[in-house]
Amino acid sequence: MNARVMSMIESKFMTKLLSLSKPEKINWDGFFKKTVNKVGVPLMAIGIFLAIWGAVASQIQTSLGQVPGPTKVWEQTVALYEEHKVERTKEAAFYERQEKRNVAKLAANPEATIKVRAYTGKATFFDQILTSIITVMTGFIIASLIAIPVGIICGLSPTVYNALNPLIQTFKPVSPLAWLPIVTIIVSAVYITDDPMFSKSFVNSAITVTLCSLWPTIINTTVGVSSMDKDLLNVSRVLRLSWFTHITKIVLPSSVPMMFAGLRVSFGIGWMVLIAAEMLAQNPGLGKFVWDEFQNGSSDSLARIMVAVVTIGLIGYVLDQFMLMLQRSVSWDKSAVLR
Amino acid sequence: MSKKHLEISQVSIEFPTPSGPFKALDGVNLSIKEGEFVSLIGHSGCGKSTVLNIVAGLYKATTGGVILDGKEVNEPGPDRAVVFQNHSLLPWLTAYENIELAVKQVFKGKKSKEEMKEWIEHNLNLVHMDHAMHKRPSEISGGMKQRVGIARALAMEPKVLLMDEPFGALDALTRAHMQDSLIEIQQRLNNTVIMITHDVDEAVLLSDRIVMMTNGPAATIGEILEVDLPKPRNRVTLANDSQYNEYRAAVLKFLYERQRNPEEKVA
Repeated sequence: MNARVMSMIESKFMTKLLSLSKPEKINWDGFFKKTVNKVGVPLMAIGIFLAIWGAVASQIQTSLGQVPGPTKVWEQTVALYEEHKVERTKEAAFYERQEKRNVAKLAANPEATIKVRAYTGKATFFDQILTSIITVMTGFIIASLIAIPVGIICGLSPTVYNALNPLIQTFKPVSPLAWLPIVTIIVSAVYITDDPMFSKSFVNSAITVTLCSLWPTIINTTVGVSSMDKDLLNVSRVLRLSWFTHITKIVLPSSVPMMFAGLRVSFGIGWMVLIAAEMLAQNPGLGKFVWDEFQNGSSDSLARIMVAVVTIGLIGYVLDQFMLMLQRSVSWDKSAVLR
Repeated sequence: MSKKHLEISQVSIEFPTPSGPFKALDGVNLSIKEGEFVSLIGHSGCGKSTVLNIVAGLYKATTGGVILDGKEVNEPGPDRAVVFQNHSLLPWLTAYENIELAVKQVFKGKKSKEEMKEWIEHNLNLVHMDHAMHKRPSEISGGMKQRVGIARALAMEPKVLLMDEPFGALDALTRAHMQDSLIEIQQRLNNTVIMITHDVDEAVLLSDRIVMMTNGPAATIGEILEVDLPKPRNRVTLANDSQYNEYRAAVLKFLYERQRNPEEKVA
């Protein structure tokens, strides 16, 4: 009895206290829980991961010294950034010198032919990141422009599907490493211009990405289109919609969720493929960076490769989140949970 | 009212199955006058929907055919608008846009933009959905979706309105409400309607004639009942009407004595 009264008083007191402390009625309890779930738990998991990494790494000795732990990798990240800054300063200095030289030349003789050369310094880690992102985007966009229409046609016509399915299923599991030599040789035979807009290595990498990231989009779009609600097809038939209206108003919107699922898988594959292709073909990009460091074999190499690994992962994650945002913006079903 | 409007003659249909063709309908004959409200009633699986789909042009009869105003039906078209059982609204369009899609298709070049807008709003008004016209199907209730589905069909100004168990998925109260709406609309527009139902009360309340189908396979029309009750009908006053109850009893007798549920027969 006494305890009950006490708890009643206590709870009353607490509510009063709470109502005093938060006049604008923020749900602190809910806010706290959410923060713990969304931020605290992932941070803790990352912390545990780093701890295990550090502990295991310190136990392994390699020809390049001890396997680097998180601290060493972070040091190299900073070092890579410093190198990038130094390289940029050098570049700026180079252009400044060139500019000065040319101005002086022109002042002495207005007829003089001046030379403007591009800076040919070593590509830094950050240059390689940019190259890789541009390459994967190009390859992926080309792949999507081919795969979505092909997928729609396959979904609409069982005949076309039956015709193309064996080909799709055969080419789908082919590794990028098998495509690469073929692409390289064909590109060097076909892509011959005096003033190339893109370098050959870029074309090679982009086409390899395209070849590997076509398939999931084709297959998913096909499934999305062919598994459309039959009643909606009947609506289209009763209305006698033209094929164009049929595609834009009925087929595309209803297959968007599946299509995007495919696009995201494609994009992930494209990103993985690109790194492999760059490594194998020594095409500029993150893959080349990894390979160069591997060949370099200095005591920092392993840590630098690990920086690249984490970077590759983070970029893949960010790009996928970007795709997810795009998917949310075009998806009509706002209530669907997209992950 | 008396001229021949829709003629279903000697319609049979066979579907190919792995174990040979399956005859779903056999020799269905029915002639419907303009402005008439006809219900098709029968046990599930008896081919009611198949008849409707043949009239809609979504299925092709194996033998026989359908003639609407002197023209043979051989493909679907907006002159035979269908109200599907599960509304079939495009989920990515609002109620207004769903109807707009149909109106643009049917009245392209016949109505100006302004007239189309008015016509769409008029039809939404007719089903009492003008308050939610810019909502998507996921934001409105089942009954409301079905209303929009009906408005879409009506907006096509069809010669025949085909309804495939339009209220089958709704709860009893909503269904009664929708039936009253349909009575009101039919009173105003005098559409020719073919409606599939498995609800005896619904059939008697709404129809001029009730077409009772035998059980499949090779289902056909078993009996046709003329419902000679004055319109508009009111469900509450009819509840004690002896004539109404006789009609009800006749349909029930057909369904549960002459055409027992095929599943019961097996057991």
